[in-house]
Amino acid sequence: MIRHPRTNHRKRVEDFLERADGDKRFKILETHIKRHQYRSDALIEVLHKAQELFGYLEDDLLLFVANRLKLPPSRVYGVATFYHFFTLKPKGRHSCVVCLGTACYVKGAAQVLSAVEKAAGIRAGETTPDENLSLVTARCIGACGLAPAVVYDGRVTARQTPESALEQVKGWIRHVAD
Amino acid sequence: MLLTDLEAIAKREISSRKKVTIRCCMAAGCMSSQSGEVKAALEKAVEDAGLTSEIEVRGVGCMRLCCQGPLVAVDPQDEMYEKVAPHEAKSIVGALKGGKNKAHRGNPHQSFFEKQFSIVLANSGVIDPERIESYIAADGYQALHNALREMTSKEVLDAIQASGLRGRGGGGYPTGLKWTTVAKAAGDKKYVICNADEGDPGAFMDRSVLESDPHRVLEGMAIAAYAVGADQGFIYVRAEYPLAIERLQNAIREAKRFGLLGSGIFDSPFHFSIDLRIGAGAFVCGEETALMASIEGKRGTPRPRPPYPAESGLWGCPTLINNVETFANIAPIIQNGAAWFANIGTEKSKGTKVFALAGKITNTGLIEVPMGTPLRVIVEDMGGGAPDGNSVKAVQTGGPSGGCIPSEHLDTPVDYESLTHLGSIMGSGGMIVMDQDTNMVDVARFFMEFCMDESCGKCVPCRAGTVQMYHILDHIVEGKATKRDLAKLEELCDLVKNTSLCGLGMTAPNPVLSTLRFFRKEYEERLRPE
Repeated sequence: MIRHPRTNHRKRVEDFLERADGDKRFKILETHIKRHQYRSDALIEVLHKAQELFGYLEDDLLLFVANRLKLPPSRVYGVATFYHFFTLKPKGRHSCVVCLGTACYVKGAAQVLSAVEKAAGIRAGETTPDENLSLVTARCIGACGLAPAVVYDGRVTARQTPESALEQVKGWIRHVAD
Repeated sequence: MLLTDLEAIAKREISSRKKVTIRCCMAAGCMSSQSGEVKAALEKAVEDAGLTSEIEVRGVGCMRLCCQGPLVAVDPQDEMYEKVAPHEAKSIVGALKGGKNKAHRGNPHQSFFEKQFSIVLANSGVIDPERIESYIAADGYQALHNALREMTSKEVLDAIQASGLRGRGGGGYPTGLKWTTVAKAAGDKKYVICNADEGDPGAFMDRSVLESDPHRVLEGMAIAAYAVGADQGFIYVRAEYPLAIERLQNAIREAKRFGLLGSGIFDSPFHFSIDLRIGAGAFVCGEETALMASIEGKRGTPRPRPPYPAESGLWGCPTLINNVETFANIAPIIQNGAAWFANIGTEKSKGTKVFALAGKITNTGLIEVPMGTPLRVIVEDMGGGAPDGNSVKAVQTGGPSGGCIPSEHLDTPVDYESLTHLGSIMGSGGMIVMDQDTNMVDVARFFMEFCMDESCGKCVPCRAGTVQMYHILDHIVEGKATKRDLAKLEELCDLVKNTSLCGLGMTAPNPVLSTLRFFRKEYEERLRPE
């Protein structure tokens, strides 16, 4: 019989919490979990909160959530990787979200995207090596009347062209020009 | 809360109104063109001019002509201003006192507005979505009172059935029938879910309704809960709509505070509460069984039906699930009667439909028209046709599940059957106009890429089929495909359509099939000889 080495998740969560001793964000997350009465169906809500607090969901954080909601880590990991909204890697300081909804697409969003991709030297979904800019695409941000729309650091900007988009992000990708 | 209380609130709200109202659009579209600053500037201008006792500046929901935002309207002067900048606020207020106006005047009587027929959007752009009093003053929650105090749940079911209302999420399933099934289902615990996971790219009707008139949706859900015997509701809304989430949270809080949600509503034994669930960016969650899995905190993968949610839905309980626009139609039906509603529209499609008009068209924005309105009226009269003298080539409806309707079929009336007949679907209401420069094979590839990315991976035909179809489409666009590839594509379309588990896979080939049907030449032109 093959014996699999058992991973001691509880130990790992304890070590993780010890390392992060005094980090208030855990307390906030813990309170949030409590408010949902540790119910396993609140998993998505809890992950939303965790990502809001920590920026992204690292493995130890997912284990922590699994531990608190009494869920197998596979379930938490499965949910975190299923939904586009959750990210398991750190995000850049700035974000540029190019909407690729139909209305934006027929009005040239693809050209806007490829201009930014080229200038920043990264593909959609990636972050620049200096962690300054994350380039993301969205499936429709519902601003179709403003097509093509791009969201710079949370600010929806209407009727973008490759030129205007480069103008917006050029301060964030200086390293490419250097 | 009693009816007299409701009436007192409405009376107080109406009597506190000022002589002049300046409405400023505060929906997401205009907000991203700085309408927040415009509203602040208007308030300041009113204050500076010492007119606070005469003029009210009201933040309202969507005023529909999104491409000209930020929009500002003045009542009762019947003025409308487009693309208002904060610095123009002073001259707008000044013009009310005979000053010279410098802001850009719009025409509130152009056909874009005149040809609309408002039921769902009646309050949109008129009431303040962040104040429940504003909704109550527009006869809000009267229908809930009527339902709870003057009708039995059977009478409510009958009214919805007689109205002929059909699901506005795209499928067009008769709402009354769905409600009756849930009402008849055995079980003590039942749920009502509002599907606000508006995932179709190019559709923003539900977002606008939630941002402009959230209480209307809550009221519709409460009436539905009463009719089917549910006591708990969920609204599943996309994380991409932060403003709609904020307004819904606020609306739920206020409705609870006023005793319009919770226990003993209108002194009846009926109790109902609503929770908000935020999606996390998965298109497939618009499918009802996937949506329910997501509410349960799981991966949003669909499951085979039957059993339908009406028998076994959320946590195995009978569940009623309807779209935002469907719920928004409920209060007016109860208030004005089923016969009134059944008189609007066509024989099989009753009432109105809200469309989000976008793409290569002069007037982009929201429109609400009676069912059966010809596409030409929507695209040419209301939408103003393609801009810059271009010609309309096709209209895409139904998002990635729909199809492209070529310009020669523009006289088709918009109703469930006519659109299905043309190989498209009504869908949730996104309407994207394409002009002669749009490459239809590229459009088909765009939608296939979407479906490929969004396939949840549970069933093989959709998971593998969309990838293969995408590759063939890509080859066709690049000029690398042959006639044999095209035949393969058609074969795959047929296979994926007939063997996929859920609506995503079953409808994924639609954009290809409809463009092949009407624009086959564009495909063939790109083939290389074998």
